[in-house]
Amino acid sequence: MDAILSDLISLLITTIRVSTPLILACLAGLYSERAGIIDIGLEGKLLGAAFGAATVAYLTGSAWIGLIAGVGVSLAFSGIHGLASINFRGNQVISGVALNFLAAGLTTFLGATWFARGGNTPALSGDARFGAIHFPFARELSGVPVIGPLYSGLLSGHTILTYIAFLAVPLTAWVLWRTRFGLRLRSVGENPKALDTAGMSVMWLRYKALMITGTLVGVGGAYLSTAQAASFSNNMAAGRGFIALAALIFAKWRPFQAMFACLLFGLLEALQYRLQGQDLPFIGRVPTQAMQALPYVLTILLLAGFVGRAIPPKGLGQPYVKER
Amino acid sequence: MSAPRIALPRWVDVVLLPVLNVSLAFLIGGIVVLAVGENPIEAVRIMFYGAFGYGYGFGFTLYYTTNFVFAGLAVALAYHAGLFNIGGEGQAYVAGLGAILVALAVAGLHWALALPLIMIASALFGGIWALIPGYLQAKRGSHVVITTIMMNFIATSLMSYLISRVLKPPHIASDESERVDAMTRVPFLSEWIPMLRNTPVNISFFLAIAALVGVYILIWRTKFGYALRTMGHSGTAARYAGMSNAKLIMITMAISGALAGMIAVNDVAGAHGRLLLNYVAGTGFVGIAVAFMGKAHPIGVGLSALLFGVLYQGGQELAFTMPAITREMILTIQALVILFTGAMSEMLRRPVELAFIFSRLRGHDPDTQPKLAAQEDK
Repeated sequence: MDAILSDLISLLITTIRVSTPLILACLAGLYSERAGIIDIGLEGKLLGAAFGAATVAYLTGSAWIGLIAGVGVSLAFSGIHGLASINFRGNQVISGVALNFLAAGLTTFLGATWFARGGNTPALSGDARFGAIHFPFARELSGVPVIGPLYSGLLSGHTILTYIAFLAVPLTAWVLWRTRFGLRLRSVGENPKALDTAGMSVMWLRYKALMITGTLVGVGGAYLSTAQAASFSNNMAAGRGFIALAALIFAKWRPFQAMFACLLFGLLEALQYRLQGQDLPFIGRVPTQAMQALPYVLTILLLAGFVGRAIPPKGLGQPYVKER
Repeated sequence: MSAPRIALPRWVDVVLLPVLNVSLAFLIGGIVVLAVGENPIEAVRIMFYGAFGYGYGFGFTLYYTTNFVFAGLAVALAYHAGLFNIGGEGQAYVAGLGAILVALAVAGLHWALALPLIMIASALFGGIWALIPGYLQAKRGSHVVITTIMMNFIATSLMSYLISRVLKPPHIASDESERVDAMTRVPFLSEWIPMLRNTPVNISFFLAIAALVGVYILIWRTKFGYALRTMGHSGTAARYAGMSNAKLIMITMAISGALAGMIAVNDVAGAHGRLLLNYVAGTGFVGIAVAFMGKAHPIGVGLSALLFGVLYQGGQELAFTMPAITREMILTIQALVILFTGAMSEMLRRPVELAFIFSRLRGHDPDTQPKLAAQEDK
């Protein structure tokens, strides 16, 4: 019994760890897409931020300064995306695709030139990484059955960025449904003209949304390289930006559902590590590739209306042209 | 921001603006090269030498160009129908399965007889992989961009399973299929042109040229192409004209996927002679840059495919001579080309428009003044 419980707990701990960047990227995408701007570029922002954070954390020895740098890189990407899709009314999908390639190319290129380790950054240690935070009495309670592993194992012992990610969920829900900014954010994605008529700047609102997007996904990227891992490695986002996008659609652009979708996709990833090379009763050996593909298959089924229906914000992807 | 678009002369739209946008991409690339302490002009010289300077390099340039033509046409064709197919990568990967299955099944058959069969299989597999997102957009309303991205990931998982668990023969250590029989394998052009020195450029090069012509005819000289372009301009207009959008979307996506599938003929049945894990290696994505840079026109696609062929082959040479500049620099330039020609094409358009108005108002050509005024009234 205890063995099963501790197995389960360790699976859930991994789930939380791998879900953290997904949640941050997914919420980031939520702000952007709620404001009417498609963000295919989450993947590139994660990658760019992870690189910026690891590089600066290594140079300064401080994970926090690294975090600021990571967010800075991600904001710069958001800025370019904003220029292309808000000012120049370009195709938002193309801009996102371009930014993904830009991040993949620049991080490896600059990494290889600066550190001469084939695109990876040197290992971070000590304060250059985010350490685990232990809740009060976590150590004392760890021996207590059930409560011990739940409190000391599952809840305690994550990095500050994980707690930020999970706190950002109710915060986003509150901003979205309970504040004036949230109302405007939702309207600018559904019907920008109404907002324009009411005398508000569509452009500025969309830029604000993109800034929040850049910040959140920047934290997610920094998490990858300075909390989950201890250095930047080539292409380390590994499709997480797209998984987050899938989760966003899965959640129908709502914050709590987004968190659950990310946890579900995170659980799939955790199971994938857990089940590697193991035989399951009745099913036999599940190929890891099947687990890898599952989030994408689920999203396609959902989008096609086979599992519920996902209806995006009405103004999504359309540049706003102010009339004269 | 919302000033009416001024009708620029055609050559400005077709030649000047794309050239300016691409130059801007290269300018920024040059600044990056400068930032890492290398000489960008010297870098360009080395790249051109690597791509054209000797037979071996030139052969590789043509080999890359072949792939990029197929990938670029796949994106360009769909784009005319208003569809953005980002799934060329996955479609080409799955097409590799069709190519290898047929190539292995007919092992020993002369290549001239095997080639059509391999082409059909590649087109079929790539086409079906693109038809799924096409069907989902046409019938279930899910956006083709998102589904093609998802299909790319599914293709990666599926193919890596099939290659490592099913196709891989026990006597080979790395993840790849059995080799295609030497008789059946699409022959390299170096068999006839010794100057090319056993480079992987093969008969598929001519297929690529044929595809350029074929796509041109399909888009501008057939009823189907007319319907496709009508839908691309306005779905409603096409519907009122009695065209079935759903059918058009599905057929267009299938042809687009089949074009991407031709990469398998060049690589799997030709250059590699076997199905390698992740053999597409980003070629499908290069197609996006190629299509935008070429303004989705076959002539443009051909030229920009050649430019990217030069970039890829020259980039190898460059990485060899200037170790500070890795292959990823090419990916960066590719990204900048997509950004400037695809997403930010309006950025340079405004200044060019202003320059034109200014030069006209200065009285170089007084006849155009009333015309200009009339246009601005619109």
